[in-house]
Amino acid sequence: MASKEKKEKNLGRYSTFSVVLRRIRKNKGGVIGLFIVLFYIIVSIFGPMLSPYDPNESNFDESLIPPSKQHWFGTDLHGRDVLSRVIVGARTSFTISISAVAIAVFIGILLGSISGYVGGWIDELIMRFLDIFMAFPEILLAIAIVAILGPGKINIVIAIAVFSFPSFARITRATVMSVKNNEYVEAAKAIGESSWSILTRYILPNALSPVIVQATLRMGTAILTISSLGFLGLGVKAPEAEWGTDLALARSYLEFAPWLSIFPGIAIVFVVLGFNFFGDALNDALNPRLKDR
Amino acid sequence: MKSFIIKRLLLLIPIFFGVSIICFLLLYMIPGDPAKIIAGEGATKEDIESIRITFGLDKPIYVQYFSFIKGIFTGELRSIRSGEAIMKEIGPRYVGTIQLALASIIVSSTLGILLGVLAAVYKNSWIDNLAMAFALLGASTPVFWLGLILILIFAVYLKVLPSGGREGFKSIILPALTLGLPSSAIVARLTRASMLDTLSQDYVRTAYAYGIPKRKVIFTYALKNALIPVVTVIGLQFGFLLSGAVLTESVFGWPGVGRYIVDAVFSRDYVVIEVGILITAMTFVLVNTAVDLLYAVLDPRLRKG
Repeated sequence: MASKEKKEKNLGRYSTFSVVLRRIRKNKGGVIGLFIVLFYIIVSIFGPMLSPYDPNESNFDESLIPPSKQHWFGTDLHGRDVLSRVIVGARTSFTISISAVAIAVFIGILLGSISGYVGGWIDELIMRFLDIFMAFPEILLAIAIVAILGPGKINIVIAIAVFSFPSFARITRATVMSVKNNEYVEAAKAIGESSWSILTRYILPNALSPVIVQATLRMGTAILTISSLGFLGLGVKAPEAEWGTDLALARSYLEFAPWLSIFPGIAIVFVVLGFNFFGDALNDALNPRLKDR
Repeated sequence: MKSFIIKRLLLLIPIFFGVSIICFLLLYMIPGDPAKIIAGEGATKEDIESIRITFGLDKPIYVQYFSFIKGIFTGELRSIRSGEAIMKEIGPRYVGTIQLALASIIVSSTLGILLGVLAAVYKNSWIDNLAMAFALLGASTPVFWLGLILILIFAVYLKVLPSGGREGFKSIILPALTLGLPSSAIVARLTRASMLDTLSQDYVRTAYAYGIPKRKVIFTYALKNALIPVVTVIGLQFGFLLSGAVLTESVFGWPGVGRYIVDAVFSRDYVVIEVGILITAMTFVLVNTAVDLLYAVLDPRLRKG
């Protein structure tokens, strides 16, 4: 007991953030993941400044040039620089995926808290509602939504948010249910705290770590979905640079210009791998079962 | 056990209605008049009115919903564009998608279990690291891009396999690999975790203590128990495969339900979209239910739940 108290005290000197960061630093995959994610965010923000050429500028004299010193990733049919399109494409996928995941987290936490805290028939109703959404294979639901609303960034955000929110709702509900009968919650009730304050101050902070882990992993799924929709021709409108849309165009030139298919694909794998590595490491770092070890 | 099965099967009914209502409502979620949307641009007023009557769009919405459900079971629903019965069109394509999904499951389970067992037995060695690196890479690769790269290697450069179509055994190899490899990554990770868990149990130690050869302990004693959760994941992968099939079918020109739906999206054939998605989603639900039941058979502790 004494040693445990000492340990807690030691941990108390650091904020949760720095404790988590220290744990991630010990995890090789986590460090790699963190760097990839940061790199991706930086490229998304500063992309247009970093790209060597205008990603949308056609130049038919330089059509389908293989990778060279001038064009590291080669050029496409319109003579556009592939490296510039890959760099600028990062912003497209980042803005869509972060917005979609943020909306999904918000709706998920809202529904999950109501479901878990109120319980009873409302819980049953919300859970069955989620079951129906989970009955659709993810990309199919996204295709259906884009088919109705039409392609375009905002509609892709909606499509991804719709199939992502059930997982957040379930995680939140599970956490709320597991802590709502704890003594400290009972105590808060006894001193007359409102339901809202009990939920937001005492219960929901417990859901924070599993939601963060899930959100990180969901970013990867979202990026894959954006590119998949793009590949099917249901993504952002041309000529805006987007990895999946560019890959769809590249497919017709697979034989003569394989570089068109290789580089945007590597960009997707690289970024999604980063989020998966980082998400896994976060999971290990935030997992309370490992905290005492 | 009996009550568990009945409960699980009864749950299918509300899910079917929920899913079918969502599919049915797709057409109504499009902003604007459905008859106008079906008629397309440049349609005259008479065209729109005749479509309203042919498709029963003038009737109350619940009547339309029941004739939609009836149309699915009687096979009377017709495609807006081709005028053919949708069930007739979807039949062979459904077989195509299921064939592709099964072939991919064979790829993902053999490769996934093999890698997972190797990684667990040689824990923390280079084999383990390599297998797990492959697993993370597989989970991060877009299915359609893997398809392009496999075409590039095996069809364009090596010229040993066809790049598309559906003629003979050779034509299914690349689509099955494309769809199966990412899913094998997930199977491998889970097999490893489950196998490590099993290998640390007392009965395995006892088996070693009896002097039973390592290979026999691993494959006969440990693997059997370790595979129980893996079976569930392989079943759940079916949903992933149905999702991925949409993309794989598009890359390889494989005639399946996924491509049928995507084509319908472009020709704005909403009835085909509705039916195609409903059938795929219900297949997914049925497989998940079957997996749940199978799991209960394999692991008696779960039957009460």
